[in-house]
Amino acid sequence: MLLSVQGLNTHYGRAHILQDMALTIAAGEVRVLLGRNGAGKSTTMKSVIGLVRPSAGRIAFDGVEIAGEEPHRIARRGLGYVPEDRRVFADLTVMENLEVGRQGARGGMRAWTPERLFELFPNLGRMRDRPGGRMSGGEQQMLTIARTLMGNPRLVLLDEPSEGLAPVIVEQMANAILALKGEGLTILLAEQNLHFAGGVADSATVVEKGRVVWSGTMEALRADEAARTKYLAV
Amino acid sequence: MDSILPQLLTGLAGASSLFLVASGLTIIFGVTRIVNFSHGSLMMLGAYIGWSILTRLPREPEWFVLGVLATVLATALIGVVLEVVVLRRVYRAPELFQLLATFGVVLVLQDVTLWLWGPVELPLPRGRWLRQFVEIGGSRFPMYDLILILVGPVVLGLLWLLMNRTRWGTLVRAATLDREMVAALGVNQRTLFTAVFALGAGLAGLGGALSLPNSSANLNIDLAIITDAFVVVVVGGLGSLTGAFVASLLIGILQAFGIVLVPKITLVLVFLVMAVVLVFRPNGLLGRPQAEAREATVAAPVIRAAPPELRALGVAALLLAIAAPFIVGEYYLTVLTDACVAILFAVSLHFMMGPGGMASFGHAAWFGIGAYAAGLLMQWIGAPMPVGLLAAPVAAGIVAALFGWFVVRLSGVYLSMLTLAFAQIVWAICFQWVDVTGGDNGLLGLVRPAWAHDARVFYWLALALSVGGALLLRRMLYAPYGYALRAARDSAARARAIGLDVQSLRIVAIVIAGAACGLSGAIFSYGKGSIFPTYITISHSVEALLMVLLGGLQTVAGPIIGALVYTGLADILVRSTDLWRLVLGAVIVLLVVAFPEGIAGAARRLWLRGREA
Ligand SMILES: Nc1ncnc2c1ncn2[C@@H]1O[C@H](COP(=O)(O)OP(=O)(O)OP(=O)(O)O)[C@@H](O)[C@H]1O
Ligand SMILES: [Mg+2]
Repeated sequence: MLLSVQGLNTHYGRAHILQDMALTIAAGEVRVLLGRNGAGKSTTMKSVIGLVRPSAGRIAFDGVEIAGEEPHRIARRGLGYVPEDRRVFADLTVMENLEVGRQGARGGMRAWTPERLFELFPNLGRMRDRPGGRMSGGEQQMLTIARTLMGNPRLVLLDEPSEGLAPVIVEQMANAILALKGEGLTILLAEQNLHFAGGVADSATVVEKGRVVWSGTMEALRADEAARTKYLAV
Repeated sequence: MDSILPQLLTGLAGASSLFLVASGLTIIFGVTRIVNFSHGSLMMLGAYIGWSILTRLPREPEWFVLGVLATVLATALIGVVLEVVVLRRVYRAPELFQLLATFGVVLVLQDVTLWLWGPVELPLPRGRWLRQFVEIGGSRFPMYDLILILVGPVVLGLLWLLMNRTRWGTLVRAATLDREMVAALGVNQRTLFTAVFALGAGLAGLGGALSLPNSSANLNIDLAIITDAFVVVVVGGLGSLTGAFVASLLIGILQAFGIVLVPKITLVLVFLVMAVVLVFRPNGLLGRPQAEAREATVAAPVIRAAPPELRALGVAALLLAIAAPFIVGEYYLTVLTDACVAILFAVSLHFMMGPGGMASFGHAAWFGIGAYAAGLLMQWIGAPMPVGLLAAPVAAGIVAALFGWFVVRLSGVYLSMLTLAFAQIVWAICFQWVDVTGGDNGLLGLVRPAWAHDARVFYWLALALSVGGALLLRRMLYAPYGYALRAARDSAARARAIGLDVQSLRIVAIVIAGAACGLSGAIFSYGKGSIFPTYITISHSVEALLMVLLGGLQTVAGPIIGALVYTGLADILVRSTDLWRLVLGAVIVLLVVAFPEGIAGAARRLWLRGREA
């Protein structure tokens, strides 16, 4: 397993948000974390990358225990994080945003360069010197993904990439993710859009109120009408 | 007007020096969000270290350059130590506590410098090349000043390249915008912050070393330069390098011409410019709005009434205070009288800072205005003490109303800086308007009437006025006005939505705080019999802040406890050690690191925890 999370508990102050979260991802797998608003998808990701400190639990990345480590160390291990609220550096140009994310190449993988990323996201290539703050939401979303890829991660935590995007852009996003999957990248995706998730993911973990309530392959989820109505219908 | 060109060149040279210091301050603020009070101290260290190095080197230009570079390195290293030992521990503390911690560093560095280099100011022996002149437009101009003029733009250019053309600069700019995201992308913020601080400190050291040929290494550099640097950084816009450069030019040239045209009020002129800029551009010339969250650090939790036990303790303390003249000797009676003054001084600041949400860095201004009002009335019309004690709060209140009209438009650090600037204006007037205020010599011979001549009687009077004042202020906090004021502090927008006039509420708070503080100034003056401009120094304003923050913002008892602790601590320190600043500074830093919510806040928490258990 590339990532294995067990018995993860996270608090915000006194609020007990994650309660014994557990999930695993094998190398090359794309797993989607599904759940309604406030289920704890983002909190799971923030706990893994170290932005919030879990109060208990084990997080093993490539066999190494990383729970409690500082975010920059975790990121340096090859764990990339794309936040849900985009967070591009508004004053920095596209090229500069990419530069911030850059890390050295990792063994066994072709290193990402801006040029390769512009093939993946052609829009970005046309606005290299545009400040991040003056881009559309979709462009910003692409930039945050590209920025994280500049770190040559082995696993990417991708938090709701389709949120608030026009259908055409969502389509492009799905293609980009499939392309990344084709490159052999491992991805943990957080989504509410089941249709979008279905198009890209191999397996799913459904969370509700900070707990795992369903886990299995994407096909199994497609077949399990009851689970989908119970946990995902709005 | 033959003097325009030389004056302009002098102004430009001054601007360069200012920019060196201000650029470091603004870079550090941009990334760490800390307004570093000790930045002037770093420049002072630069001057002293530069002196020590340069006096040991041959007096040739190439050695000068080498010596200056060595100084820059040394100050940068000191910056690293400071960041690792102090600042790193307070990044998460509220803004004001950070300022306080860096002020603690100012005190420590004052004493360290005094201890290492002694009290005498140290001029740099000038080599021949430093005495050369260049003829420009028919008048002789020092060559060194021309070099200085070039240094400013060159440094700006280099910094621009560093920030915009290197990976390191890109990371720094990214961290200015979103530290957490930078960390999540694999960048170690800690080393980044340390490096930024070292860069800023190095720039301050450069400014210090380069100032040597035209002045000297002396112990006044720290607070003198930090005020100017604050002005430049605030006028330019916090965090903006170009803004700092433009503002340095503005202020440098203004100072140069001010000295020729209006020698008496140069300082006033500079601060007036700052006030005007801030009124029209509340975030400085090139600054941008600060994030709302930064203000919230001033806002304290709801002020709750003291538990009954604490009230009983207060009453007991009051009884003890009333009986004190029969117990303690003459010396301690003076200390106790000072403590009464300190209480009113601190409680009045707490009023505008805690419930009002406006952190003043110039509270001593009201203290001084009250004092001078009483003193001048006596000098002009022989007004007796009761009239003086009445006139002091009135005068301070009136000035506070005028000033309040300006300042309530601002918030956060900008508001703090404008109050600092205002206090400097008041100080400058008292210091420079010798005909009226006696300048440095002060106003002497402030007499008490026969009935209050006895030290005990005067102490009781001071006690009555200060406790009475404190209770009155407390009463106002629990009146509808107090609730409205706190509502305005917690959310100006929501307060407006329910029909509160936020600006008026704030002006009234400033007037009340100013008046109460003015009264404390007058009491103090009648106690001492004299009035000096030192009543209005930055240090005195910071003392008020210390008392309030030591006590904590959350309770009304806080500033009282803070005032007592501070007065006692200062008294013990001053008498027991020559290095009292060092000890006091270290204590401040330790307290901030250990109790970010103040002594009273921490005590309250421990107390409540004790009772819950
Ligand atoms: N900083 C915070 N402080 C306190 N509570 C928080 C914080 N962030 C999130 N929460 C709470 O934690 C719970 C989980 O939030 P989280 O953001 O992980 O949900 P999510 O599944 O990502 O939802 P969404 O689909 O809306 O993004 C929610 O109840 C939320 O209110
Ligand atoms: Mg989320």
